[in-house]
Amino acid sequence: MRAAVISALAALSCLAGASAARADAIGDPVNGGKIYDRECARCHMVGPEAKDRIGPALNGIFGRRAAASEGFAYSKSITRMGNDGLTWTLETLDAYVENPKALVSGTRMNYRGLRDAAARGDVLAYLREYSDKPQNIPEAEPTARPSMPALSPEVLALKGDRDWGEYLSAECLTCHKRDGADEGIPGIVQWPEEDFVIAMHAYKQGLRPHPVMQMMAARLSNEEIAALAAYFATID
Amino acid sequence: MLNRRTFLGTTIAAGGVLAAPALMGQAKPRVVVIGGGAGGATAARYLAKDAAGALDVTLIEANPTYTTCFFSNLYIGGFRTLESLEHGYGGIAAAGVNVIHDLATGVDRAARTVTLAGGQVVAYDRLVLSPGIDFRDDAVPGWSLEAAEIMPHAYKAGPQTSLLRAQIEAMPQGGLYAMVAPPNPYRCPPGPYERISMVAHVLKQSNPTAKILVLDPKDKFSKQTLFEEGWLRHYDGMIEVVGPDFGGAAVEVRPATMEVVVDGTAQKVDVCNVIPAQMAGKIAQIAGVTDDKGWAPVDPANMKSKMDENVYVLGDSSAQGDMPKSGYSANSQAKVAALSIRGELTGAKVFPAKYSNTCWSLIAPDDGVKVGAAYEPTPEKIASVSNFISQTGEDAALRKATYEESLGWYAGITADMFG
Repeated sequence: MRAAVISALAALSCLAGASAARADAIGDPVNGGKIYDRECARCHMVGPEAKDRIGPALNGIFGRRAAASEGFAYSKSITRMGNDGLTWTLETLDAYVENPKALVSGTRMNYRGLRDAAARGDVLAYLREYSDKPQNIPEAEPTARPSMPALSPEVLALKGDRDWGEYLSAECLTCHKRDGADEGIPGIVQWPEEDFVIAMHAYKQGLRPHPVMQMMAARLSNEEIAALAAYFATID
Repeated sequence: MLNRRTFLGTTIAAGGVLAAPALMGQAKPRVVVIGGGAGGATAARYLAKDAAGALDVTLIEANPTYTTCFFSNLYIGGFRTLESLEHGYGGIAAAGVNVIHDLATGVDRAARTVTLAGGQVVAYDRLVLSPGIDFRDDAVPGWSLEAAEIMPHAYKAGPQTSLLRAQIEAMPQGGLYAMVAPPNPYRCPPGPYERISMVAHVLKQSNPTAKILVLDPKDKFSKQTLFEEGWLRHYDGMIEVVGPDFGGAAVEVRPATMEVVVDGTAQKVDVCNVIPAQMAGKIAQIAGVTDDKGWAPVDPANMKSKMDENVYVLGDSSAQGDMPKSGYSANSQAKVAALSIRGELTGAKVFPAKYSNTCWSLIAPDDGVKVGAAYEPTPEKIASVSNFISQTGEDAALRKATYEESLGWYAGITADMFG
């Protein structure tokens, strides 16, 4: 079961860039169809007549276990990962299409990878249309990326250790000024703790763009984020 | 976006119209809600209670009480009385809503009026349509609405549900219950399969040699693995599903002789539960807000009809993107619509739309499962962004807790809808 409690603080308009809290479409399926024809169609079929060929047919791929198309000769590598639980979701497909051998080291899929994130989003949006619709099967994979990070009440309830936050803040203060002034890098002092926590989780979950902040946040645990929030909220 | 100044003082309607404000600031903005089910009841109640007197809210509902379609399978299974599923409109009236028990027969969107069967004409500044579903009469060869007295759909709760339960109780020993399941999209995705579970439970106790036949045009349905696991555990050998590959998509029924014809072969049945293909409730078609697929397209951010910014469509009738057609969804959407209306008519603060849905299903006594999701609007549609579902192999304690949770939900949501 995925923890999927959306914070009741959806209305926070102080999150710069959160705008009207609209979810983001995975991509443009029309452009995705063109990219698919160019990059994928040589091996993979979709649609009503689809059959396994060089690669397995991709109808219903979203939500399916890896290496699950009966009768197809998968590599041992991907078969093992499927048995271990690898399931095709937006996140795992994105990683696989970007660089197949990086995700599944012994894959038979002989494709160098699609490096452009927007192009990948478009292809996945196109492919999503060939899997179950949530309207009919509510448990089907999502069709958009959430605008707010999915945070459980436990995470939001974490009381940060201010002293630990002060210690961790050294890394932040190389860019974010201690006096809160914005000289090209936004101020982060005296934010309400909850706003700070939500913003950092949005970076951590890749919902909010910015490669540096995504990297910073990815390395922080929930407790460390709470600690930083406690420190920056009360900095003077 | 209209504000108070621009909409007040528009067309003074002809004779027979209730409350036609002509001067700015003289009368309250009027909201009319058609349909007193899950969506409409929630919308009317929320508009009245949250506007605290600033709005004139009217609810038009033909029936004096509402029987929830959700949980009606539990009545079929013997777990609830029909009375426990009936809700009156006293609470909604107490919130300040003018409840009119009549049938809406016409909508003039240019004049912004609604006409009722009794002749009354009701004017509106904003209209909310929540009329549920109607059946496509010609969807199942041999079946029509008239035949529902012999082969019930029981997919609008009330007398049809009692009829179906009586038919099940009257089955001969070793008899056959057949269901013609609907194609996508339809109200309550797991509903037909919860019904099969409830019928199997009844038959297991009183008619254990009876059989159940499901004729399904779909090869997949919600919670399929959970239902199949449950049917094997609780009702082994009783239920057969014939999918589209074996004729489930081309079924003809014969009410006069109580037969179903599958793949050219006629089969006698004792009960035939026909759930036909569906479309938006008739008044939405009449109002001209539906598309060629039979549903009403809406703006994902606020549930406004794409055909008319003064009309909102909620619940089953709407083409609502990823949200399944359910009472829970209708209640969720109604709150978004009510807030949007209050924002436009009274200047209330409007927050970004959040939608959600959870469907609970009872497979056998104390064996409950659920599926749920969170949704957010994209510019194109209401999109699913995360979900959860019960797992196969869960222990008895968890399944019991899931069932009991559904009881709590029912009590909570009906209080939320009806007060």
